[in-house]
Amino acid sequence: MKIGVLALQGAFVEHEAALAALGAETVEIRRLSHFTDGLDGLVLPGGESTVQGKLLRESGLFQPVKEAISGGMPVFATCAGLILLAERLSNDDAVWLGLLDVTVRRNAYGRQLGSFRAELKVGGIEKFPAVFIRAPYVEQAGRETEILARAEEKIVAVRQKNMLATAFHPELTDDLRLHRFFLEQIGGAK
Amino acid sequence: MNEKNKRFELNKNLAQMLKGGVIMDVTTPEQAKIAEEAGACAVMALERIPADIRAAGGVSRMSDPKMIKGIQQAVSIPVMAKCRIGHIAEAQILQAIEIDYIDESEVLSPADDKYHIDKTAFDVPFVCGARDLGEALRRIAEGASMIRTKGEPGTGDVVQAVRHMRLMMSEIRKVVSMREDELYEEAKLLQVPYDLVVYVHENGRLPVVNFAAGGVATPADAALMMQLGAEGVFVGSGIFKSGNPAKRARAIVQAVTNYDNPKILAELSEDLGEAMVGINEQEIALLMAERGK
Repeated sequence: MKIGVLALQGAFVEHEAALAALGAETVEIRRLSHFTDGLDGLVLPGGESTVQGKLLRESGLFQPVKEAISGGMPVFATCAGLILLAERLSNDDAVWLGLLDVTVRRNAYGRQLGSFRAELKVGGIEKFPAVFIRAPYVEQAGRETEILARAEEKIVAVRQKNMLATAFHPELTDDLRLHRFFLEQIGGAK
Repeated sequence: MNEKNKRFELNKNLAQMLKGGVIMDVTTPEQAKIAEEAGACAVMALERIPADIRAAGGVSRMSDPKMIKGIQQAVSIPVMAKCRIGHIAEAQILQAIEIDYIDESEVLSPADDKYHIDKTAFDVPFVCGARDLGEALRRIAEGASMIRTKGEPGTGDVVQAVRHMRLMMSEIRKVVSMREDELYEEAKLLQVPYDLVVYVHENGRLPVVNFAAGGVATPADAALMMQLGAEGVFVGSGIFKSGNPAKRARAIVQAVTNYDNPKILAELSEDLGEAMVGINEQEIALLMAERGK
């Protein structure tokens, strides 16, 4: 299985390590020429969404990535990736890819002092160590959007068709269960 | 994991999110917005950029908290600020205004010529400068959750950042190649805790994110530092001391992502207007990198 990892900015190396540990091949996508046919899925990593969004536009990747995801390419988005996917941001005028039917609040827990770790039930996965870094959360999820996890009432993981998105960072711990879940979904869809 | 270790992990994690990005020095909310608009992954709020600190001389201190708050309100990306080496109270003040990262920085006048701040006593993260592996691991032992080269701030001369990054990387490679029974002696020589040397031996890298800083003025400078092993760059005086700050900032951001592609770097380097004039290393009287070891 070959997974593209958007490598414009942020914690993409951590995703590559997690996917490699599960036996998947990864490709760093820094520019248009890297976004080739033959990818089975795409990861949108954590980082700064404003930086990644701008670089998506400036690199010419924006439209091809948007079309691939709306065409059904499986995507796993974490933190900044969730913001890039969201149709609506409640505290920011920007909308990036705008494909996931959710309203997201950026920096919803405040500054770095508000960053935290929590053990969550994510879909069928029990006690997942979730790391939130200046994290967003989902204020409102659309009717087609399945809610996979909540942290103190707030929605922090969702799934909608080919899109899996979390407000936290599964790539920052040794727990590979969510990455495995993503790869299994792709395998099952084939 | 106890509370202190949990905080340290979360603080290391924030630095991981900054990787592949550019952190820019700004002195006003307007500059902060230009930096964010250009794609900075964080800004460093300070009253005077290093080139002006160098020119003005005298004692240089933490910035006015009101000025820092103005910048916090202007942007949505992380905001960092500098305190003097060893100045515990300045660091406490920065923590009180919920700064995202404190830079215990040699660019300001040191407050303590012997001791650095015990950074494990704080909840907010610290980034510290280092010229070699020993210095980096000493700062990490004190609780720094991010490291940067010291470079020679405010000069626009990249030679020191290059020297520090090359030295650190070659020392890391040396530790990786050692036999396990040699690591005790290496810890003694580096004057650092043994377990940190073991970490470097096993992982081939520092236990925290490592950025380049000092003298980066062009997209090519940024690409050079990335090729030498930096995980991102700080740009201080290089942007707002240049002819066209917005354009130069955008070009440096793209250069960090595309550091391995000379063709793109050539396009990015075109028509940027005047770079900061800069001073050569040999022409300066005050070596800031010598502060705090």
